[in-house]
Amino acid sequence: MATAVPLKPAEPSRPQARAWTKPQAMAIPKEGYFKLQNGRYGPIYPPTPACHGFTIIAKIKPGREEAIRAYGKTIEKAVADTPDALATLKLHYLRWVLFEIGQDTYFMYQGIFDTDFDKYTEDAVALFTKYGVNTVFENLEGFPEDWKTNVPAFVEFVREHQCPSFLEYGEYPFATADEIKKALKLKAAFADMLDLMQ
Amino acid sequence: MLQQSRSTSVDFAGRTEQQSSLDLEDIQHFLMSRPPARAARYEFLTFRSAAGGRAWLKGLIEKVGTAKAVGSSQVDSRWVTIGFTWAGLRALGVGEGSLATFPEEFRQGMAARAQILGTTGANDPDHWVGGLAGPNLHAIAILFARDVAERERCRQEHERYVTQCQSVELLSCLDLEAIPPFDYAHEHFGYRDRLSQPVIEGTGVEPTPGSGPPIKPGEFFLGYPDEEGLAAGVPQPEILSRNGSYVAYLRMEEHVAAFRDFLRQHGETPDQQELIAAKLMGRWRSGAPLVLASDKDDPGLGADLRRNNDFSYAEMDQHGYACPLGAHIRRMNPRDTTVNMNRRKMIRRGGTYGPPLPEGTPEDGQERGIAAFIGCASLIRQFEFAMNVWANDPNFHELGNERDPIFGTQDGTFDMTIPNRPIRKKIKGLPAFTTIRGGAYFFLPGIRALRYLASLGDGH
Repeated sequence: MATAVPLKPAEPSRPQARAWTKPQAMAIPKEGYFKLQNGRYGPIYPPTPACHGFTIIAKIKPGREEAIRAYGKTIEKAVADTPDALATLKLHYLRWVLFEIGQDTYFMYQGIFDTDFDKYTEDAVALFTKYGVNTVFENLEGFPEDWKTNVPAFVEFVREHQCPSFLEYGEYPFATADEIKKALKLKAAFADMLDLMQ
Repeated sequence: MLQQSRSTSVDFAGRTEQQSSLDLEDIQHFLMSRPPARAARYEFLTFRSAAGGRAWLKGLIEKVGTAKAVGSSQVDSRWVTIGFTWAGLRALGVGEGSLATFPEEFRQGMAARAQILGTTGANDPDHWVGGLAGPNLHAIAILFARDVAERERCRQEHERYVTQCQSVELLSCLDLEAIPPFDYAHEHFGYRDRLSQPVIEGTGVEPTPGSGPPIKPGEFFLGYPDEEGLAAGVPQPEILSRNGSYVAYLRMEEHVAAFRDFLRQHGETPDQQELIAAKLMGRWRSGAPLVLASDKDDPGLGADLRRNNDFSYAEMDQHGYACPLGAHIRRMNPRDTTVNMNRRKMIRRGGTYGPPLPEGTPEDGQERGIAAFIGCASLIRQFEFAMNVWANDPNFHELGNERDPIFGTQDGTFDMTIPNRPIRKKIKGLPAFTTIRGGAYFFLPGIRALRYLASLGDGH
């Protein structure tokens, strides 16, 4: 049966209430986790003061740079037309970057979000299908051609190209996007009320 | 080889066969129709030789009910289903190349997936009974019978048969019986059961109001289009996988006295106790959903299939003032508060075992509970998701520190929040009302696949 792995440093204690009041940094072991815990598709990466996230770096196929850049516009329009298009992913931020090493061009996809990616992998794949994110991923070397129907192969690609952080920092640790939006809504309502009382 | 029946007869499952494109003559009946059985017996078997296992199987295939036969006859009094673990397929002589095409979670088996499922602590496979966590579990023979007398007749018949088949051994067994009153299905805590089951497209069954559209057959049977199109990567050869399904078996003990003590502890009057029971489940014990009957039980509603499933959460009860966000049914079927719900549907079968505990009686030391099968086409996407996220993720619905109050792994460290106005109620340190006593992953092959398996030694 599952056995504990004692060689890793202990995970810092889980966030307490009002953790967001105190900025926090977390140094992360090379593996990306403190204690090996398996989810449905492999090791689970713990939340950090900068929430859940991933950094996927992959080489693009030669000559595909423009196709990937052009896809930025497609996502821009999809979100403009349907603001809740990506709501399922519980995102804070996405960053898509192209950069060069020698003759090769690489794609970096960084996401910061509130859900455990392992838990909602199939939902992410379904969303990628719906919005055609495949046009980007299919331009990456080694991306499984049957990814739409082969979730394990898709997950394997992501895990193989995932580069865990060795340090993450949060100015307001562990606050979720929903909590932040609620707080901003409350602030706006409060400001409106004060204006009315003037 | 799709079955295109022109018959328009209506069977006891209320289905017409007119639109059927399912191969009903090849699919085992188990996930397709629910026979009118009041007793059951599950036999867990091990094969000491491949030839012996195949001989046992060969003699039983004729007794296995097909979806077509079971659906169209009222006279049967017993219904047989056969399934195999991955180790069992190997024990029958399936080749390594074919075995490797089965999905990893099935190859590993349920016990090895305990950390993922959340079956830890008292629910850990180390404590399981009946040899279910061990490597010798190869097959299950599921018998549903019209009554206890018929079950006993079948038990004796199978016992004689197994004795003849050398090298097949009974590892363990479990007898099940419906508990009184018999006029509606319910479990030992007293909750009405079988209220929400997916309808399979092509069976002609009309979903009850609120149950959503029929689900594509490929969500439950291999070789058919699923909700995303045709599922790829089915196990090979195709004759082995087509019309088959995976089922996850769970034997879940119910601690009835502890459950009743809890209700008394948290409710001063019988009405308050009923309300607490309803808040844990999301339905009154009568079956009436809290979303439609938030303050007072409505047994008429609970029994009315046209109404008792006709509700939503996001639209009708966003904050959980009626049905708590962490209630059992709101976790196991979040309806309109999640995405891709049709990719997570499962078919549940099974029943109660152990004697009922009369009201007012203290714990009697006898094991009682539910022994159920959860049928699907992908254990990892359907069953394991439900266990990992819906049942046991403490942060599901951003609840922070809760698990399914009925079905989740509870050890006294998780809470249950009951939203209310003006002030919510938070129960700290929920006790465990249930314990998983065993489980396994089985593959239920189609009839042609059973014949293929039985003939493996004949030159395949």
